[in-house]
Amino acid sequence: MSDTIARQLALVIDLNTCVGCHACVTSCKEWNTSGWAGSMTDTNPYGKDPSGVFFNRVQTYEAGTFPNTETIHFPKSCLHCEDPPCVPVCPTGASYKRPEDGIVLVDYDKCIGCKYCSWACPYGAREFDEESGVMKKCTLCVDRIYDESLAPDRRKPACVLACPAGARLFGDVTDPDSEVSVAIREEGGYQLMPEWGTKPGNQYLPRRKSKRVIHDDELVRADNPLKKEGPLPKVDPTAPSLDDVTSW
Amino acid sequence: MKPAFSVIFLTTLIGAGQGLFMALVTGQFYWVIGATKGQDDGSFYAYGSLLALVFLGFGLIASFFHLAHPERAWRAASQWRTSWLSREVIALPAMMGAVVLYGGLHWLEWRPELMTFGNLKVLDLSMAMGYLGVIAAIALFVCTGMVYACMKFIQEWASPLTVLNYALMGSSSGFVLAATYAAVLGSPLTDFFTSGALVLTVLALIGRLTSLWRNGRIKHLSSLQTAVGMHHRNLRQISRGFTAGSFNLKEFFHPGGPGLVRLLKTVFLIAAFLVPILLLGFGLASGVSAGLLGLTFIIQYPGLLAERWVFFAEASHPQNLYYQKVA
Repeated sequence: MSDTIARQLALVIDLNTCVGCHACVTSCKEWNTSGWAGSMTDTNPYGKDPSGVFFNRVQTYEAGTFPNTETIHFPKSCLHCEDPPCVPVCPTGASYKRPEDGIVLVDYDKCIGCKYCSWACPYGAREFDEESGVMKKCTLCVDRIYDESLAPDRRKPACVLACPAGARLFGDVTDPDSEVSVAIREEGGYQLMPEWGTKPGNQYLPRRKSKRVIHDDELVRADNPLKKEGPLPKVDPTAPSLDDVTSW
Repeated sequence: MKPAFSVIFLTTLIGAGQGLFMALVTGQFYWVIGATKGQDDGSFYAYGSLLALVFLGFGLIASFFHLAHPERAWRAASQWRTSWLSREVIALPAMMGAVVLYGGLHWLEWRPELMTFGNLKVLDLSMAMGYLGVIAAIALFVCTGMVYACMKFIQEWASPLTVLNYALMGSSSGFVLAATYAAVLGSPLTDFFTSGALVLTVLALIGRLTSLWRNGRIKHLSSLQTAVGMHHRNLRQISRGFTAGSFNLKEFFHPGGPGLVRLLKTVFLIAAFLVPILLLGFGLASGVSAGLLGLTFIIQYPGLLAERWVFFAEASHPQNLYYQKVA
């Protein structure tokens, strides 16, 4: 399938930047429940045992042993695999991968709600909508990214626009010069569960150790001709003062 | 995986129907080659086919309960090039059609001779239709098994044993059903069907024990490390990202605890295999009766339902790695 697509739009998520604020989760739900892919049904939202459809979640993991631990905030949505196992198993052809941009979508008018495609996704990216009886999933905001009524810099998935930390990049991963390809190449981008050969379009940038090197000369003030270090002399509080004279 | 009851009933009911039909055709074949003394008249095969059709039909009805949009079910036949589920959707009605034709030919006693072999044995139309039906039944077993076996990352299912066991367990219950049916009608094929049921049940037990042994020592390729892509030895989930319910929590986890799985494993090994083997063996040794065979079917069928429940519950889906902890 990968040799027949013109390009592969996807997300690159920087785990080194993600702060786990869930803004991408809420913006995704807001945009998509009111848009083409909606509604994203909530069952019993204010009662006991609420449940609901989400296309994107931010999970939190911890590595290491206290006190040497690291927290990883991990957004997870459909990875728009180059070889999506969920597509060929669909008995009706409702599940498909678009040749023009590699986005994996569900045709709600053809879906019979057998849930077989969700069994075939190792990532658990698909969610069944009980109310409409069809399978739903991340559309990469297909109803936003081609909308010419929006300014060009707003034609991005809602989650990317919402991220306050800039942890989510969007673009064509088959174009070697795109922002996402450069990030994957230079920051060590990787795919989830490579053992199943699904070749996810979305990739993740790993946690990186952020180090700052301080040289010795940076510890000495350059504008200190008398080479006197220490607290600056305090002004006598009883002395008359003018702001431009006692500048400290 | 969550055991889906519609699918549990679908696979066990059509398995019995397929097995019953295969038993009827085998019985006719044995008579044709002269291995049995008496011959049943056409109505034996016609009513037997009708019984098989009832089981296949109820299986088909059960399958519709799995669909959220059953009115669009016809679309499910379209993707036979890539989807085993689509192939199953085609194979089941094809099988039912073959059963109707086979039963109809026997009912009408319309058996034109198609060819005569060198040893003067004759292939008539009903026998030929029977062969086609058996091919359809085997194809249906393969499709049903492959629906599960093709999921390579559900490693408990991704094995030829899945297909083999679906075929063996279906055939076993079908032959028990055929033996009961033959005994009720006093057919000379009763002993033959009972022997066949005994052999198939023993083979099914061996197949299922092998898959239990395999699944007990399976090494899962996916881990939290590959799921998140962080290769730290001590990695754990702190939060799945939400406290409420979701499809991911319902569909891929079975509702019982490990105790229930162990209990049902014991139940199905006893009810679906051991007790039927004992009853069939006892029957062959001391003379079979319709009551004994009927009792065997009544004990075995719930056992097979429990087997299918465990088949689902045992399967661990890699997506569960992402849903380990609420907060």
